[in-house]
Amino acid sequence: MANLKELSKTIPERLVSGHRLCAGCGASIVVRQVLMGTTSPIVVAAATGCLEVATSIYPYTAWNVPFIHNAFENVAATISGVETAYRSLKKQGKIKKDIKFVAFGGDGGTYDIGLQSLSGALERGHDFVYVCYDNEAYMNTGTQRSGATPRGASTTTAPCGKASFGKPQFKKDLTAIAVAHNIPYVAQASISHWNDLVTKSNKAFSVKGPAFLNIISMCHRGWRFPPEKTVEVAKLAVQTCFWPLYEVENGKWKLTVKPGEIKPLKEWLFLQGRFKHLQKPENKDIVEELQAHVTKRWKELLAKCGEIP
Amino acid sequence: MTIKRVPLTGDQAAAEAMRQIEPDVLAAYPITPQTEIVMTFSQFVADGRVKTEMIPVESEHSAMSACVGAASAGARTMTATSANGLALMWEIVYIAASTRLPIVMPVVNRALSGPINIHCDHSDTMGARDSGWLQVYCENAQEVYESIISAVRIAEHPEILLPIMVCQDGFITSHAVEGLEIFDDQKVKAFIGEYKPRFSLLDTDNPVTVGPLDLQDYYFEHKRQQSEAMEKALSIIPSVLGKFNKAFNRNYGLVESYKLDDAEVAVVVMSSTAGTAKAAVDNLRAKGLKVGLLRPRFFRPFPKKVIVQALSNLKAVSALDRSESFSTQGGPLFVELKSALYESDRQPLLNNHIFGLGGRDIDVGEIEDVFKDLIKVAKNNKVERLVNYLGVR
Repeated sequence: MANLKELSKTIPERLVSGHRLCAGCGASIVVRQVLMGTTSPIVVAAATGCLEVATSIYPYTAWNVPFIHNAFENVAATISGVETAYRSLKKQGKIKKDIKFVAFGGDGGTYDIGLQSLSGALERGHDFVYVCYDNEAYMNTGTQRSGATPRGASTTTAPCGKASFGKPQFKKDLTAIAVAHNIPYVAQASISHWNDLVTKSNKAFSVKGPAFLNIISMCHRGWRFPPEKTVEVAKLAVQTCFWPLYEVENGKWKLTVKPGEIKPLKEWLFLQGRFKHLQKPENKDIVEELQAHVTKRWKELLAKCGEIP
Repeated sequence: MTIKRVPLTGDQAAAEAMRQIEPDVLAAYPITPQTEIVMTFSQFVADGRVKTEMIPVESEHSAMSACVGAASAGARTMTATSANGLALMWEIVYIAASTRLPIVMPVVNRALSGPINIHCDHSDTMGARDSGWLQVYCENAQEVYESIISAVRIAEHPEILLPIMVCQDGFITSHAVEGLEIFDDQKVKAFIGEYKPRFSLLDTDNPVTVGPLDLQDYYFEHKRQQSEAMEKALSIIPSVLGKFNKAFNRNYGLVESYKLDDAEVAVVVMSSTAGTAKAAVDNLRAKGLKVGLLRPRFFRPFPKKVIVQALSNLKAVSALDRSESFSTQGGPLFVELKSALYESDRQPLLNNHIFGLGGRDIDVGEIEDVFKDLIKVAKNNKVERLVNYLGVR
């Protein structure tokens, strides 16, 4: 594959400058890398969230391609309508060209409030790519916990305190939920591994039917780290096996990036202010438990991918 | 013109109109008593009788969401629902209107939970009266069929561009079989014409952003444009209906008057109950009483002028509401009527009867009693009680 600079030159810019996402935000990087996966004309839909509010403030728009925002929990249903209109009009000969469809939702709009809409769209088999940019909390409204927030993270609705170490529940495994729909293509990706991400996006756009990409997306405001460390934090999520990079193509699991030396989870956790309280001695066992959980999940994944018997 | 006469229920009549319209996309979810619309139309799709692409969504929320997507992509788009289904799509009902998408939605009126009840009243669509949708209420299956056809042109009129609910009474109309006159397919297609939206998401050479964040600096203007479209609709709807009347030899307007010309007292009532009330009018007319009826077909926009005009020579009027607003000021029809009459210098005495909630039957005798009471009101020149409940224990 060409490098990022070359890709930027050959692939038309769909999300252009002038949007109001924070410097160091993962979401715009996710969008740009995902859209490098296809050169076809494309229609973009977005759920209510940071990406939507920061890119489409009337009378401005940062979108150089057709874009629709409807509401928070319904981006999958909305793109279902757009894609079905396309099929109908194409069948009638009213549209000639081939158009691709992509929906972007944050973890709130995907793991939580939009899960039913997503499940319905995957089950019906619309030809579209759904991208979850997972920043692990409701960031647009100020870091409230979501089903994607990891255990132990401090958020504004599950804060740490004298009687709390942060969110008590583990993160929901949404990627596995998507896999359970038996759709042609599901993958986890990270902006730190752009080559892997763009390759996956390309596959997602190439399959006939629904594809789902779950992409970890840094929010330095909510995760509490300096904005220039976005890619570093993304990379460590992969290197610690907190966010393994794999794909499930027609039911076949495959690890796409094998971390050489697996780093301790602590290295990722302690780069971030949201886990700062876990550094206290009384929370040592929580950290150990989180590490054990990641290790267990990693082994389960290796087995699914045929890496270990 | 070829006219076929076939036995159809109100739901089947709606589906038949939809078959002839052949929307590009239909996204719908079944709910009693609307289910038969979706079932009947699904069979049309399965038999290859329509070009429509159907989206069998997993909820009404997704039905309206998919409709917004499809209509924004330039497709002629329809759905249908009832009661709790309408309530579930509520959030997106407003978005469809503010995005100015001419979606046509037959609604089979059913009491809104709770308590849960599957029978007719107007609490569902009356709750959505301020959502920015046009609303037309039909007396019978024939009118349902014809109103859905005319609704397409009303909603898509470039000066209106608002979605429309075509309402019929659950079970009373939706499940009763009538001998329906069905127009020739080609005649219907010629009347509705081809849908040519100004903007489409699928026009990738001319990208548009739909549903942007609209803050303090523009939101108000956009809401004002919606209210202006409603105001324009008041004059445009009669002209579209005029074309419909000419093409199909009908006589539809914003309202229907029944024996009102020399009437001294009248009821104002919508949907199927107007049929019952007409029988009461006939019975009392046979006894020499000067009674009449006004049936608003459109509730949104509210045809203020024609209603005030039609009621101006009456001594006493009762608004019959098939829903409760809990405002303690009466049902929605009564409140609108009272408000419309405020600007008139010829105000009849007015009262309100709330009836038929949750499908409670109303009979001819009860409406005759309303008329008899109105005659007393007119005679004594006094309204004893503003808000009354008819047929409640």
